[in-house]
Amino acid sequence: MIGCGMSEIIVTVEKLSKRYLVGHQIVRDYQYTMLRDVISREVRTFARKTTDFLRGRQIIQGDEIEEFWALDDVSFDLGRGEVLGIVGNNGAGKSTLLKILSRVTEPDRGRAVLRGRVASLLEVGTGFHPELTGRENIFLNGAILGMKKTEIRRKFDEIVAFSEMERFLDTPVKHYSSGMYVRLAFAVAAHLEPEILVVDEILAVGDAAFQEKCLGKLNSVAHSDGRTILFVSHNMAAVQQLCSRAILLRGGRIVGDGKASEIVNLYMSRGISNGTSLRDRKDRITTGDARIVEFKLCDERGVQIDSVSLGDTLRLVMSVEFHRPVINGVFGVLVHSMAGDPILNLRSSHEGIVIDRSEGRLTVEVVVKEIGLYPGGYTLSPYVSDEVRRIYIDCVHHLSRLWILPARGKYVSLRLNSSLGKYFVPSSWRMVEFACQDSGPADKATANTADGI
Amino acid sequence: MRHETVIQAGQSERHYWLDLWNYRELLQVLAWRDLSVRYKQTVIGVLWALIRPILAILVFTIIFGRIARMPTDGDAPYALMVFAGMLPWSFFSTSLADASNSLISAGNAGLISKVYFPRLIVPIASLIAALVDFIITLMLFVAFMLWYRFMPSWKIIFLPLFMTIVFMASFGIGTWVTALNVKYRDFRYVIPFMLQLGLYISPVGFSSNIIPQQWRLLYSVNPLVGVIDGFRWCLLGQTHIYWPAFVLSVSVTTFFVWIGIRTFRKMERSFADLI
Repeated sequence: MIGCGMSEIIVTVEKLSKRYLVGHQIVRDYQYTMLRDVISREVRTFARKTTDFLRGRQIIQGDEIEEFWALDDVSFDLGRGEVLGIVGNNGAGKSTLLKILSRVTEPDRGRAVLRGRVASLLEVGTGFHPELTGRENIFLNGAILGMKKTEIRRKFDEIVAFSEMERFLDTPVKHYSSGMYVRLAFAVAAHLEPEILVVDEILAVGDAAFQEKCLGKLNSVAHSDGRTILFVSHNMAAVQQLCSRAILLRGGRIVGDGKASEIVNLYMSRGISNGTSLRDRKDRITTGDARIVEFKLCDERGVQIDSVSLGDTLRLVMSVEFHRPVINGVFGVLVHSMAGDPILNLRSSHEGIVIDRSEGRLTVEVVVKEIGLYPGGYTLSPYVSDEVRRIYIDCVHHLSRLWILPARGKYVSLRLNSSLGKYFVPSSWRMVEFACQDSGPADKATANTADGI
Repeated sequence: MRHETVIQAGQSERHYWLDLWNYRELLQVLAWRDLSVRYKQTVIGVLWALIRPILAILVFTIIFGRIARMPTDGDAPYALMVFAGMLPWSFFSTSLADASNSLISAGNAGLISKVYFPRLIVPIASLIAALVDFIITLMLFVAFMLWYRFMPSWKIIFLPLFMTIVFMASFGIGTWVTALNVKYRDFRYVIPFMLQLGLYISPVGFSSNIIPQQWRLLYSVNPLVGVIDGFRWCLLGQTHIYWPAFVLSVSVTTFFVWIGIRTFRKMERSFADLI
């Protein structure tokens, strides 16, 4: 049924481009600034803003204006029932693409044709008002997402049932917990019936069990109802589970288009490097006293890798250049899950290593034996910090990606469910007491499973 | 294919007014939201819509009527004359204050950057919410008339006409300021100040007949002058309208509607990028 419908093109995107103008504040190297300079600069900026104002152009803060293409010449077609994953780093243009397709903003060049009713879910609970009750917000949110009042009324009971929130329907949503809030909001969104659904990162919120439920709902919407879905997520597992096809965006351009699993691999393997070398990267938090110039992921033999299996050894090698004397320096690596949650903080001071260093280059290595991260994608952020002042001397957030593969060898039989845990730690079990009285069959059953370990 | 959307630069221009009609249910819902939210956390709720004009009328009647001893229109009681002027003024000031902040308010800014709909809906919804307040105040006015045993003349049938004019004035200035407010947040501070001054510049607390004849035309550049005169003329039926001034006020209103829609439409496309 899905297969034969594929030939029908539902979404056509042709050479879509979007430009933004950004202003920069010129940063001077020297400490003292002449008042005269400040005044002359302010006068120039003010004069520019005034002419812009008079000509009705956009006013941009800053001394220099630079244009950049958030989306550059993007084209693709999408058939009925296709689920397209859109992956890429932050700033690659994913959200801009979705915003254009949901008509929130206009492209500067190119065109897109959407054949069918479109509903976009760029945020869960768009327009929810804290003062209004759950019931009122269902109507408000439904109308905002483009449902007719009669349609909302017809589906009202279904929405409430899906959200499991009957008891709190007449409570203002400001008294809801964030979980309840998301639950209600997704319930409304899940009952939209568009031909095309545009979804942005909604799975980043809510607890794991509910995320699972949302994903299941999206899955059924796509596969049984033949809807066309565009899905942006940083959750690679979700992309692989849900999408038949994916595109990879980098710097506003499509750099990969194909089967979801292939694109996810492509994305993971290229790491997050955005082309410039680590030494020259500007997106770092730094005091300027030191600079991380090299960061490598290796296996136990020292071969550079980007994925390891659970239970394997991981070696991280970091080279740092010191420009000024640093005392109480500490090295570290933060590990974040793909959803952005911090998982680990590997820190040299935890092992008693704090350095005082004046100048020159230093390379450190950290070894993690039998790594217990659950299979999935992670990002690594190397840092050098000041143990006493507790500030980053240099840090590049989410510099590299690490892909943990399912376990091999002795851990192969592990059942790891990422909604129940994040990190595997070996533990030892033994039976302490086993009292067998005249117990019922239920008790025996539990005893038997326990015996099985 | 039932439905086809084409997205390209300048596309939203073409189907704008049709879209506005298609989104009328959203307009209703937003107006209803604005109203119910406004009085949700207040202790006496809708009574505020009554207390505010009553207090203003009391103050104006005492200061201008009793202390300054200014003349009323014909033989209408001074309080009633002030009230007839307060009706359009309070609608104008409430709707303008609400509309100008409507796009950047916390409740709507999120919408603008996440969902598509003709943005004109947002300020219009604030106008409609203010219209409900106006109707409540109008009922209070009827109660005042009964209290004073004041009989309105046949001219009252023109009330909807003048209501339309004040609506258009609020709409024009409202959309204009709303659009500018998104880009130049300075307007957020200008509006309350302008409204405060406007209350004294416009003939709310006094009759416009006390303005010297040679200044009358210039005075009516303020679009509210014509509207307030019109309200007094049709509700109290005592005075004559100074027609040249009235025509000027209406022309200024029309101009604002034109420039309001123009500015709003021109800037609308960039709203999502600016908010």
